[in-house]
Amino acid sequence: MSNQGPDNSKIVKRLLLTVAGMFAFGFALVPLYDAFCEVTGFNGRTNNEPAAVSQHEVDKSRTVRVQFITRTAQGIPWKFEPEIKEVRVHPGEVRVVNFLAANPTSDDMVAQAIPSIAPAEASLYLNKVECFCFNQQPLAAGNDAEMPMQFYIDPEIPDHITTFTLSYTLYDMTANATPESLALLESTE
Amino acid sequence: MSTVVDDHNHEAHHDHKPSGITRWLFTTNHKDIGSMYLWFSLIMFFVGGAMAMVIRAELFQPGLQLVEPQFFNQMTTVHGLVMIFGAVMPAFTGLANWMVPMMIGAPDMALPRMNNWSFWILPFAFVILLSSLFMEGGGPDFGWTFYAPLSTTYSNDSTALFVFAVHIMGISSIMGAINVIVTIINMRAPGMTYMKMPLFVWTWLITAFLLIAVMPVLAGAVTMVLTDKYFGTSFFDAAGGGDPVMFQHIFWFFGHPEVYIMILPSFGIVSAIIPAFSRKKLFGYSSMVYATASIAILSFLVWAHHMFTTGMPVFAELFFMYCTMLIAVPTGVKVFNWVATMWRGAISFEVPMLFALAFVILFTIGGFSGVMLAMTPVDFQYHDTYFVVAHFHYVLVTGAIFSIMAASYYWLPKWSGHMYDTTLARLHFWSSLISVNVLFFPMHFAGLAGMPRRIPDYAVQFADINQITSIGGFAFGLSQLIFLWLVIKCARGGEKAPAKPWDGAEGLEWTVPSPAPYHTFETPPKVE
Repeated sequence: MSNQGPDNSKIVKRLLLTVAGMFAFGFALVPLYDAFCEVTGFNGRTNNEPAAVSQHEVDKSRTVRVQFITRTAQGIPWKFEPEIKEVRVHPGEVRVVNFLAANPTSDDMVAQAIPSIAPAEASLYLNKVECFCFNQQPLAAGNDAEMPMQFYIDPEIPDHITTFTLSYTLYDMTANATPESLALLESTE
Repeated sequence: MSTVVDDHNHEAHHDHKPSGITRWLFTTNHKDIGSMYLWFSLIMFFVGGAMAMVIRAELFQPGLQLVEPQFFNQMTTVHGLVMIFGAVMPAFTGLANWMVPMMIGAPDMALPRMNNWSFWILPFAFVILLSSLFMEGGGPDFGWTFYAPLSTTYSNDSTALFVFAVHIMGISSIMGAINVIVTIINMRAPGMTYMKMPLFVWTWLITAFLLIAVMPVLAGAVTMVLTDKYFGTSFFDAAGGGDPVMFQHIFWFFGHPEVYIMILPSFGIVSAIIPAFSRKKLFGYSSMVYATASIAILSFLVWAHHMFTTGMPVFAELFFMYCTMLIAVPTGVKVFNWVATMWRGAISFEVPMLFALAFVILFTIGGFSGVMLAMTPVDFQYHDTYFVVAHFHYVLVTGAIFSIMAASYYWLPKWSGHMYDTTLARLHFWSSLISVNVLFFPMHFAGLAGMPRRIPDYAVQFADINQITSIGGFAFGLSQLIFLWLVIKCARGGEKAPAKPWDGAEGLEWTVPSPAPYHTFETPPKVE
């Protein structure tokens, strides 16, 4: 019956290839999205790698307000708070802010803090030299800890960003603890 | 547009087919498969409708009266899934099976065995999905959009069944789409050039490409949900380095083209019916084709308008806002063309035309509320309220479903060979038209006043509006029983329909007798 175009099986093959390609594309969206977020700061993610220590001159002409918010996810009854709710820093200036965590339960637990920044654009200019969020944080039953976060703001930060909020959500990772966190837990006991 | 030279005697010596259940199980005939799709869709329409009745009964009064909140959530979720994947999409595939070969002068679909498969896996998908409602812990309750982490961290054990059901539905629609594309590319009668094809064929061709492009992405999304929930991956789990917002991006990358999958064939149907009952050629045929293609292309660039409140950068919000508003242009071209077709036409108001006219007006209302929702600043107010529910029910019920009703009333004589009871049909139209507006129009106001969607209980100030809405809902639900009765009555008998019951109708399907013989166009017709 075919009277025009290539025969049926050729078209079917091409269409099936498209289907397979689009299925793969669905999964390819995952790394693409990560790369896109990293480049554009879309969605307010921050680096999970330590930044180099600031080589920048401190720009004393400007101050940026950095606010801290903490939250614990469902299923983790820890206390988790920043030592200070807000700091004012000059771009380029290195600051340390401590976060306080306490495990009131009678179980040893391991947690992971996940950062997020609003407005998202600011995430491109926040450099963390050291952060408790880079690793899992183990806490033995009833213990508490002071967890430091050392950061500076890139002096390139656009003028319209005068305030941003850094939020940490703490997740229970006891079931998926890394060997290092388990070793740390054992050494505290 | 076209004439058939030699088509007598077809029925006489080609009409043998196996009898009993095996006829339907093993059939590769496009008309049989089309009928099965349409009946399946009608059954699912009533299943999904029954769930809507549960929802409206619970919302009749504030407070919790009839069902548990978790069951309410299962109802909203499964209502959406059943209506989208069980009612609207199979209805369009059924119409494509019946009409596309007859409209292009082909003897059957290009891949008849695959056609049989693509239908017969569908009931299994819905048995799986619906039976999950009776599982311990209940069926899916995270909304048809299955946002992570609702569908991963917080979902119940029926999620695996939900995922497999969606996989099967996806495979079914992909096979259907491949079949439509191959049929249209390779099986057109001599002289049936692309720009002579009826618009229903054109819109389905474009819809089929949309299906091929996005159903695999949906399959990917549900697979990721499955592995996140059961195999410890972290695609959408922030704790493991994933991102729940990414779920929304992937889902709506499928989801927005999906809404056009559910409306483009309607445009084709209405573009067949309005010229027939205006006794004029369709105004702006080629602009209709280009407008359909533009809508399809734009549909890939607007997905994030479902996500304005997720905290996107302003630039992204503006981009998606303008792209979304741009879709109003080709859609406006279509509405303009339909109106221009009627302009100075010799219009008569048979039932298909009534539904088509209601479609044009009510779909446009849904389109306008869509433009309102497209505006980022106001979307922050409308997001996740009943305004959104009103919007998408105007485009899906008075849009897609009304066009399917119009198509049924237009082609039912061709399918069954009988004229239907026009008094009943008019009763169905007027009761549906009035009740559907009583049902969905007040939802706009509930939404503007701040009533959130997907909740089993609400603040007392919304009581009156919900009562009106529920009464409209029950009336609309009951009105559809008239349709069921009418279709059964028409299938069983009635006044014999002529080959062309509508004097202004055009197209090859009217050149064969009614009911259409089991095999048509074994000798290709000549197209002028």
